[in-house]
Amino acid sequence: MSHKVVIPIGPYHPLQEEPEFFRLYVEGEKVVDIDIVIGYNHRGIEELSEHKHFDQVTFLVERICGICSTSHPFAYVNAVEDLAKIQVPERALYIRTIIAEMERIHSHLLWLGLAGHFIGYNTVWMWAWRYREPVLDCFEMITGNRNHYAMMKIGGVRRNIKDEDIPILRKTLDDLVPAVKMFEGAVVDDPVIRARLKGIGILTKQQAIDWCVLGPTARASGLNIDVRRDDPYGAYDRVSWNVIVQAEGDIFAKTVVRILELYESISIIQQCLEKMPKGEIDANVKDIPPGEGIGHVEAPRGECFHYVRSDGTNRPIRHKIRAPSFMNVASNKIAAVGGTISDAAITLAAVDPCYCCTERVIVLDKATHKKILNGWDLIKLSQEKTEQLKKSKGFPA
Amino acid sequence: MSIVDKIKEGLGDKIIDWYQHASRRIYISIKPSDIKEVAQILFRDLGLRLATASGQDTPVGLEILYHFSFDKTGEIVSVRVIIKDKKKPEIDSLAPLFPAAEWIEREMWEMLGIKFIGHPNLKHLLLIDEWPQEQYPLRHQHES
Repeated sequence: MSHKVVIPIGPYHPLQEEPEFFRLYVEGEKVVDIDIVIGYNHRGIEELSEHKHFDQVTFLVERICGICSTSHPFAYVNAVEDLAKIQVPERALYIRTIIAEMERIHSHLLWLGLAGHFIGYNTVWMWAWRYREPVLDCFEMITGNRNHYAMMKIGGVRRNIKDEDIPILRKTLDDLVPAVKMFEGAVVDDPVIRARLKGIGILTKQQAIDWCVLGPTARASGLNIDVRRDDPYGAYDRVSWNVIVQAEGDIFAKTVVRILELYESISIIQQCLEKMPKGEIDANVKDIPPGEGIGHVEAPRGECFHYVRSDGTNRPIRHKIRAPSFMNVASNKIAAVGGTISDAAITLAAVDPCYCCTERVIVLDKATHKKILNGWDLIKLSQEKTEQLKKSKGFPA
Repeated sequence: MSIVDKIKEGLGDKIIDWYQHASRRIYISIKPSDIKEVAQILFRDLGLRLATASGQDTPVGLEILYHFSFDKTGEIVSVRVIIKDKKKPEIDSLAPLFPAAEWIEREMWEMLGIKFIGHPNLKHLLLIDEWPQEQYPLRHQHES
């Protein structure tokens, strides 16, 4: 099979993270098998990292992903600090936590918007992204950048949060709470969304364990795991918050987990702003001793894992990186097979692998191997199914 | 009984070396031939999760660190094996035990050339299918 050429639909979009190619095999309406091909965006970062000094690697790994761009440097500095047993100043821990949680908010809102688009709720798409915008503005205010914040540094953070910025950040978060309430109501109470997302793309708890899935994908299947609580880093053990777990394992559960996590993130940031002490933000690390270290953080999509080994020079001799989607995307094999084509787009998107992934879907007839649908057809099919559901429930189209 | 004691008891004399770097960071060395049994005990009996595995090319051989995570209390247990034969490196695959190992092993196979015996689908994951054989991007030139 691997030598048969199948042309993916749409241009390659390296500006979006994690491009994958899914080859769906169908019999009539039903998905019977799926081939997942990744590697389109493989840039050899692990190898590159061995040729940069420890401080440069922080910026290199920030470029792995444009959406959760602080998760990789955060995990990396945790790994180096574990290796060298560095004590990070208290204020820096709080600042790191604030940045990481702001990132979770904008990332979850991004997913919510795309999920809305995939099932034909373009209003949800527009509203979610409208509320994501002020969060990005806050990033710009605090870090100077909307997306690659460059805040992490071995031993601390690179910039302080200024006192005059705090009221603006607080107000943005306060304004976000009613918006999240609105989304919660729109999703949980809407009979059409409920009918559309309940019971599809199910990953059971045992399957979640066997495939080692992470983050909201795992928590929606009843796995009570979250690195922030299990192996606390940053200031997560200094504030109180809840890990959101749902039992059903379907797309609806994954949506609910992400929406409810928004409340927790807002609360974590508010508490951090309250408790953040004054003082140093950098431990001024000079040399990294020989040894090995592991750092992992809970990125918006799940555990982001970094392993660093040093031989005492100024460069790592091995730097292993494992992003959460590496584990989550593989589990699509279970979640999508057995479902219908019209549910495929939202199922593949439910682990939050980003837009371009589903754009590269191609649907083949099992018997003839002929191409019958492309990614855009799939989204249209998905939206049509929602329209039919609306009609059957007596809603205006 | 803490998970550390349970692991010590469960693995018994399979542990060649035990090193605790920090309160939640444990490194265990075992023989490559024991990996399947050790993984079975850690993953199935004790309920650890396989976070990932880091393969690396060292002067003494090809090393694999299987990072298992015990999420209830947050320990990361890294199981180290060293495959001395660099010409024909082989080790048992964990993919038949649990599917999560499938992609992790495919990546190590194409990057370092370690053959995983019993893997159901050992083909390229990140590199193109036409990648030249016997060329492994993460192998180093070590002075002998």
